[in-house]
Amino acid sequence: MEKSILECIKINKYFYDPVKIQVLKEVDISIKKSEFVSITGKSGCGKSTLLYILSTMDTDYEGKLLIDGIEMRGKKENELARVRNEKIGFVFQFHYLLNEFSVIRNVMLPGLKLAKLSEKEVEAHAYEKLKILGIENEALKKPNQLSGGQKQRVAIARALINNPIIIMGDEPTGNLDKKNSEIVFNIFKELAEVYNQSLLIVTHDNEFAARTHRIIEMEDGRVIR
Amino acid sequence: MKFKLIASVSKSLLLARWKQTLVAAIGVTFSITMFIGLLSFMSGLNDLLDGLVVNRTPHIRLYNEILPSKIQPIDKSADYNTSYNFIRSIKPKNKLLEIYNNAAVIKTLQSDNRVLGIAPKIIAQVFYNVGTIDLTGIINGIDVEEENRLFLFKDYVVEGNYIDLKNTTNSIVLGKGVAEKMLTNIGDIIQITTSKGERLQLKVVGFFQSGLQDIDKVQSYTSIATAQKLLGESNSYITDIQVKLKDIALAPALAKEYAALFELDAIDIQTANSQFETGSSVRTLISYAVGITLLIVAGFGIYNILNMMIYEKMDSIAILKATGFSGADVNKIFITIALSIGIFGGLLGLLFGFGLSALIDQIPFNTAALPTVKTYPINYNPKFYMVGGIFSIITTYFAGYLPSRKASKIDPVIIIRGK
Repeated sequence: MEKSILECIKINKYFYDPVKIQVLKEVDISIKKSEFVSITGKSGCGKSTLLYILSTMDTDYEGKLLIDGIEMRGKKENELARVRNEKIGFVFQFHYLLNEFSVIRNVMLPGLKLAKLSEKEVEAHAYEKLKILGIENEALKKPNQLSGGQKQRVAIARALINNPIIIMGDEPTGNLDKKNSEIVFNIFKELAEVYNQSLLIVTHDNEFAARTHRIIEMEDGRVIR
Repeated sequence: MKFKLIASVSKSLLLARWKQTLVAAIGVTFSITMFIGLLSFMSGLNDLLDGLVVNRTPHIRLYNEILPSKIQPIDKSADYNTSYNFIRSIKPKNKLLEIYNNAAVIKTLQSDNRVLGIAPKIIAQVFYNVGTIDLTGIINGIDVEEENRLFLFKDYVVEGNYIDLKNTTNSIVLGKGVAEKMLTNIGDIIQITTSKGERLQLKVVGFFQSGLQDIDKVQSYTSIATAQKLLGESNSYITDIQVKLKDIALAPALAKEYAALFELDAIDIQTANSQFETGSSVRTLISYAVGITLLIVAGFGIYNILNMMIYEKMDSIAILKATGFSGADVNKIFITIALSIGIFGGLLGLLFGFGLSALIDQIPFNTAALPTVKTYPINYNPKFYMVGGIFSIITTYFAGYLPSRKASKIDPVIIIRGK
């Protein structure tokens, strides 16, 4: 059996405010390399909550989380930051680009933080990623000069910069129109099929989900499919 | 590399709100400017006022005090040395004011390498005769050259040339107050009467103004030789030895040592003028308090602006954390912002502070009491600049500390999901 790059075992999660509610119930998920997985479900079923636990940003849960075979529980805040930096790429509903930096700097930031390569090399990588996404001509512009679809593609390039083992997306097409959604979806598909990139995308768009390799459907905090 | 990244992120955040940043920096600049200006001016004034007395006062003065003997004959008697002896109406013994064997004392002092210099002196009580009226006064017989070297005698001779006191026999430098009462001019001959009743005529070669009116109304200066003649004493007669030390702080200890060694009375400058030291230290304390208050106010400005920046840049902080910047990195970013405001504002403040001091230094300040002072006094002590610089960095660090902690604790999940 191929090794899982992301695995969670019996994840339980509670919200305490205003009363104790169990939002995730014994969730088991396993994702293998180059899989393109979507998590769907109705609003409030806990899919985003699950994604933030998987992304190591939320540490208040019960159960086991393994990324690349390494247990995440008990790691310190800065160690988790390092894991996010090196192994996970994020794409959110909103692009979250820093307007003070040019597009290329935005893409380079996580790479500079990782500091495994020199600034020149990181820049070359960033150009490469922008090329894959077809926006290398916008590299020196500021994010607020770009269209919504272009911004989201810059955010994807940023997610790719450190060659993460998995890209996580929280409604990455949620803010985009039909045409741009299509572009973003095709990029994801290309990444998965051509570049063997694993992807885990939370979406409530069933049409989007249906075209991924595997759908994890959630309801009331449980995985039902 | 890592610092470069943090610096570049800090810079972009700073420039994103450059107007507020500038206001914060101006706050620091203003407070440091005032801090430096205030301290330099206050300390200049202190030095001036202290100088009035301290420059003119020997660090240690050796003399004979007229006092009753501490040990009375009965105490030396073996029969009574175990009992309390009560003696009434003790009178001082007939001890002369002259310092015995003063040549040897001076020689010993001169060979002591803690001593900067010594100036012998004779103090004589006299009457200045103005027609039928006698004004009481004190004449100091001084070694003109040594007195000038150690106690800046020249600075206080406002009219006439001080060295004439040495070159002209039977000459006197009159206190300004005395001269005004006697209506004398330079070149006039005045008559004085000594306490023993002898009369002498002296030529006025200069006027002396110490800045302390009570002194100027009483004191005058002659050379040692003239004073000895005045008192009818031999040329070895002196009543005081003034010692100036290399380190003024040693004065109290050395005064005790010399008193025991030479069997003389010795008084040190700290004991003689303790009120001046108290005055300066209180004034310095007030200037520091005002300066630090200004800085703290500037610190609150920085605190506010950083807080605002954090609320505004919540998204950016969240995404930095989501993409792998740790809380410590975010903390460093905001501390860097605070410190660069502090360092930039502080440096400008030091510069402007120097400018302000230089400006105050040009303002005319003429007062009859202070003949040597023409403009407001300023003390350009590098210590103030160091203290100002260090304080600006410390206050901005603390102003940045709480907002930075807050920023580092931002939970990216809440921000990102909140959208």
